[in-house]
Amino acid sequence: MWQLFKEFFMFLRQEKKWWLAPLVIILLLLAAVIVFTGGSVLAPLMYPFL
Amino acid sequence: MRHILGISAYYHDSAAALLSDGKIIAAAQEERFSRKKNDERFPHHAVAFCLKQSFLTESDLDAVVFYDKPIIKFTRLLESYLAVAPSGWLTFPRILPSWLGEKLNLPNTLRYEIPRLPDHRPILFTEHHQAHAASAFFPSPFEEAAVLTVDGVGEWATTTIGEGRGNELDILEELKFPHSLGLLYSAFTAYCGFRINSGEYKMMGLAPYGEPRFVKAIYDHLVDVKDDGSLQLNLEYFDFLRGLRMTNSKFNTLFGGPPRQPETRVEQRHMDVARSIQTVTEEIMLRLARHAREVTGKKNLCMAGGVALNCVANGRILREKIFEHIWIQPAAGDAGGALGAALAVWHMHKNHPQPRTTMQPDAMQGGFLGPEFSDDEIETVLKSHQAVYRKLDRESLLDEVATLLANERIVGWVQGRMEFGPRALGHRSILGDPRSPHMQSALNLKVKFRESFRPFAPAVLRERAAEFFELDEESPYMLLVAPIHPSQRLETSPTATGLERLKQLRSRLPAITHVDDSARVQTVTAEQNPLFYAIIKRFEAKTGCPVLMNTSFNVRGEPVVCSPDDAYRCFVNTEIDFLAIGNFLLERTRQPHLGVKPSFHPVPD
Repeated sequence: MWQLFKEFFMFLRQEKKWWLAPLVIILLLLAAVIVFTGGSVLAPLMYPFL
Repeated sequence: MRHILGISAYYHDSAAALLSDGKIIAAAQEERFSRKKNDERFPHHAVAFCLKQSFLTESDLDAVVFYDKPIIKFTRLLESYLAVAPSGWLTFPRILPSWLGEKLNLPNTLRYEIPRLPDHRPILFTEHHQAHAASAFFPSPFEEAAVLTVDGVGEWATTTIGEGRGNELDILEELKFPHSLGLLYSAFTAYCGFRINSGEYKMMGLAPYGEPRFVKAIYDHLVDVKDDGSLQLNLEYFDFLRGLRMTNSKFNTLFGGPPRQPETRVEQRHMDVARSIQTVTEEIMLRLARHAREVTGKKNLCMAGGVALNCVANGRILREKIFEHIWIQPAAGDAGGALGAALAVWHMHKNHPQPRTTMQPDAMQGGFLGPEFSDDEIETVLKSHQAVYRKLDRESLLDEVATLLANERIVGWVQGRMEFGPRALGHRSILGDPRSPHMQSALNLKVKFRESFRPFAPAVLRERAAEFFELDEESPYMLLVAPIHPSQRLETSPTATGLERLKQLRSRLPAITHVDDSARVQTVTAEQNPLFYAIIKRFEAKTGCPVLMNTSFNVRGEPVVCSPDDAYRCFVNTEIDFLAIGNFLLERTRQPHLGVKPSFHPVPD
């Protein structure tokens, strides 16, 4: 997961798309939660959208 | 870096391809094994086949390459959703879990799916269009060439023009999302009631029944096309950025009504829409090809990307003589991205070992890169079904099958390694007599259970192709449409319109002549496709006709058959008269009525 953060950081720096950083950080944190909890914590929050 | 596995997955048409020392050892689409058409899941079966074919295990792989870059693609999605926010609120939560769960952290996902890949062996990524371009140029017979890739969208690019030379491949120009010829064509495919990513062939087949009366409307309202073939879509008419539908009510008004619902009657208006977008597509492709020639100065062209499967447009590029020679990757769609990704790494990675040597006619080995089955394996399957069969020597099999075909019987033909790419090229084919006036409708309605308007393709001996078709170039992968030679055409009434034209006898080869007097030609040589060449040759000896009708061995909604079991199940559930599989010959009416179920999960198309 840390590697993914690093790659995103490098990409945003290379493309000068810093304005995407807040959204990306939030989504990557969500991804981390999904990965580390198997999605169980987020599932009740996601169901209304599915 | 000796053994490289290329992967395409998670969108549509997942596939795997394996290179050893730069040679293509194996490549196959996952759908052929999973029996789910356009299967997008990780290609476990295809990977297992590639490794088995190469006598390797996961731990022998030096690198795994994925055919696009997920971080760039993800940020494109974010930017697109932000651009139309809050409109995408309904679909964004739907796509998010799969991205956050598996697609975004793809190195992790791939290591999970290929668990025995050693940690120190890299997982690499190419850009989507770089993979397409590599699949087009590196296996081609050209030392240097212009490279044109056109599809829906990769990361950002939708169209690229590049230049290949030896081991090098440079993308010189690109058109970016949302401005996309592939998406434009797909929008019309969906509007006409066909499934995106598989219904485009139907649009192409439907087009000749219509009139191009919407061409002006398309240029005036939908797309601004520049002289160099670049284009800008008017997004007021499209909904794909919001993710729910391709088109909107404004689009419907422009084309005289709502989208056609799948499986409902095809009206003249739909035919006219299909003809119009096909005309526009051809004009854009011609401009792109001319621009590619100007930019690169090369005399040869290589093509890939889903739009490169538009063989009518390809045929026009050939006939306009913009380039001296054209070579099109037979797996031009996303499945071919797996091969392209592996080739890109082999040729362009900093440690690439040796200069590229071109091969004649190309490095694709006829496209026969899938699995094959021995007579012992086939017989075991036939016995398991209590099938009634005869085993013949090769000469007797050829002779009997040629006689059957000459008597207008329909024969399933399963021989050698399966094709890579969407076309059956004589290894997983259904064959028929192209001279028969009943063959086209019988095959569409009783065998393939598909729409009556769809044409069939001819396979012709290369040396006699010019007698039957206006085609100078090799077309081994059935990716060029050419006019029927005037000497083969018959007079028809010019007053017939729409589907009435289907009933007209248009040529001496009516089963493969489309209503615009064209055909999607496959030229066959003894060097590239020896057994298929032999059966056509034997048919020629009996009838004087060096052409066979060749269509893929499957029914509607089914992937092309792969194994003997798939072939037998398909055979007994259709009205195919005979099955020639390996050295075995089976007659359908003599098979036991055991209620054998088809091997696939039908996908609506």
